[in-house]
Amino acid sequence: MMTQLPALQVVIPLLASLFCAFMKRGTVAWALSLVASWAVLVVSILILQQVLESGPISYAMGGWEPPFGIEYYVDKLNAFVLLLVSGVGAIIMPFAKRSVGTEIHSTRQPYFYTMYLLCLCGLLGIAITGDAFNIFVFLEVSSLATYAMVAMGKDKRALLAAFQYLIIGTIGATFYVIGTGLLYTVTGSLNLVDIAGQLDSVNNTRALVTSLAFLTVGISLKLALFPLHVWLPNAYAYAPSFATVFLAATATKVAIYLLIRFFFSVFGAGLVFQSLPVSEILLILSVVAMFGASIVAIFQEDIKRMLAYSSVAQIGYITLGIALANSNGLSGGIVHIFNHAIMKAAFFLALGAVFYRIGSVHIDHLAGIGRRMPITMMGFVIAGMSIVGVPGTVGFISKWYLAAGAFENGQWWLVFAIMISSLLAVIYVGRVVEVAWFRDPSGATLEARDPPPAMLLPILIFCAASIYFGIDTTLTAGIASQAAELLLGGLR
Amino acid sequence: MRKDLILRIGAKLILPFILLFALYVQFHGDFGPGGGFQAGVISAAMVILYAIIFGLKSAQTVIPPRFAELMVPLGALLYTGVGIVAMFKGGNFLNYSVLEHDPVKGQHLGIILVELGVYITVAGTMLAIFYTFVGRGR
Repeated sequence: MMTQLPALQVVIPLLASLFCAFMKRGTVAWALSLVASWAVLVVSILILQQVLESGPISYAMGGWEPPFGIEYYVDKLNAFVLLLVSGVGAIIMPFAKRSVGTEIHSTRQPYFYTMYLLCLCGLLGIAITGDAFNIFVFLEVSSLATYAMVAMGKDKRALLAAFQYLIIGTIGATFYVIGTGLLYTVTGSLNLVDIAGQLDSVNNTRALVTSLAFLTVGISLKLALFPLHVWLPNAYAYAPSFATVFLAATATKVAIYLLIRFFFSVFGAGLVFQSLPVSEILLILSVVAMFGASIVAIFQEDIKRMLAYSSVAQIGYITLGIALANSNGLSGGIVHIFNHAIMKAAFFLALGAVFYRIGSVHIDHLAGIGRRMPITMMGFVIAGMSIVGVPGTVGFISKWYLAAGAFENGQWWLVFAIMISSLLAVIYVGRVVEVAWFRDPSGATLEARDPPPAMLLPILIFCAASIYFGIDTTLTAGIASQAAELLLGGLR
Repeated sequence: MRKDLILRIGAKLILPFILLFALYVQFHGDFGPGGGFQAGVISAAMVILYAIIFGLKSAQTVIPPRFAELMVPLGALLYTGVGIVAMFKGGNFLNYSVLEHDPVKGQHLGIILVELGVYITVAGTMLAIFYTFVGRGR
């Protein structure tokens, strides 16, 4: 049984999604998704334990030995990503029942859960597989499911947002395949470990550099790196609340994992950061994202859109950590993948609860909501403090590592950039806090109260996590720095 | 007397052969070009041709929309099921060799079942898309 864990990680959500498609009632599909999500979490915990105890796991899919067959390859980095994705999926499931129940038409609910589980399966698949083409397949599985989920939003503009995402996402996937194809022509292999081994002998040919360029742009489209982020604000703003929570916390994070994997494990930091100006390009784009997207976020009226822009800014912090390419910086990037997922999940869950009660997340409708839904909005405030980087929250940990990484490279101005962009977060979070707590309730807000416990509990769990992991960092930062050392160890 | 007599008779003559060809492509898949995907598309094309000539209603009595929609997860379920049976028999996921005592026979059985799964899903998907588009605005 234990040897089959890597396959189960992907097969459980896949199987559950197929059964959901047969269901007629949303609640049955929800119960099945709940069981599947929790089972997947157990599997990922067992995998992480196994990796921490006895090193990387290799699983030959279909019994075909790597590098010829598809290999599932789990080391510390992707075990961490698997835990993150499945953890978020498991915690937010109780929230789904009522949220999806009110936002999705009852005949479509089983299909919504089908799409959610397929998306979960795709994201876990991207993280677990060690085969470049298999990554593409899972990328498409998760993306197609995402387009469908976004399109199910109540707002008519959800369709347009989904279409926009479809076009851009497909371009991203195409670029990814072109990059993989070029890599295949150079090495004759699709297995990531095998490719990395063969690249030693074929350093710096033109096809290799072109492949790197295609892969970087393709994956950057998926992870919404500035200026390739245009699909993200609309998709997040108009998708159903539950879909937004799940996507914001996991989808871009898995794409970032993929970028790290290709940069450090496949191409090697030597080629990417020393022979080519990737570091400089990434650094500039990250800083522009941190400032540009935060400033745009300040002027948003729709809070979901505001947080979507904030996501683009936060992704800037993560790519900044990658661009620094030293042990502290990379640790900061990896740990921020986890930390940002926690706080964005808390943010969007709180907004989902607000939407469940008053049917809107426009800033004008939120006046006094903090007085009517105190626990929910307290969750929002804690997540807000975390995104600003107040000491004692997870945001502080990531920024600490990033700043240490910037010092290590002697780029002290980056430390100021990190601090000043955090102040921008104070402004956009503060705007909501001001409206929610210091104004008198009116209209629909008067009747609002905190949502039922099943919806409240996930919010509280993420808030507790964003404080707990801000104080005890042995799990998050510990694994992140081990993974960073592992990745930088391959520096050629 | 309907004017489209030639079309109707012609279609009636062609339809069984389209299905036969689909099955040929399906079962010949392990020796030559073809397989579940192509066969599924050809079968769905047969139903679509039937719908174009004889009307959507008669096509939907042959294969109801709900049935077409259920075919989509059904085929994928068959595919996954083969993989899971392989896991229970002590192999890795989708390792067909353990399905029978003889690995060659096992591989043969595995690929036939998996291709059947692909066939069902593809045919169902094509039909479901066709029904959705044609049924719009009704």
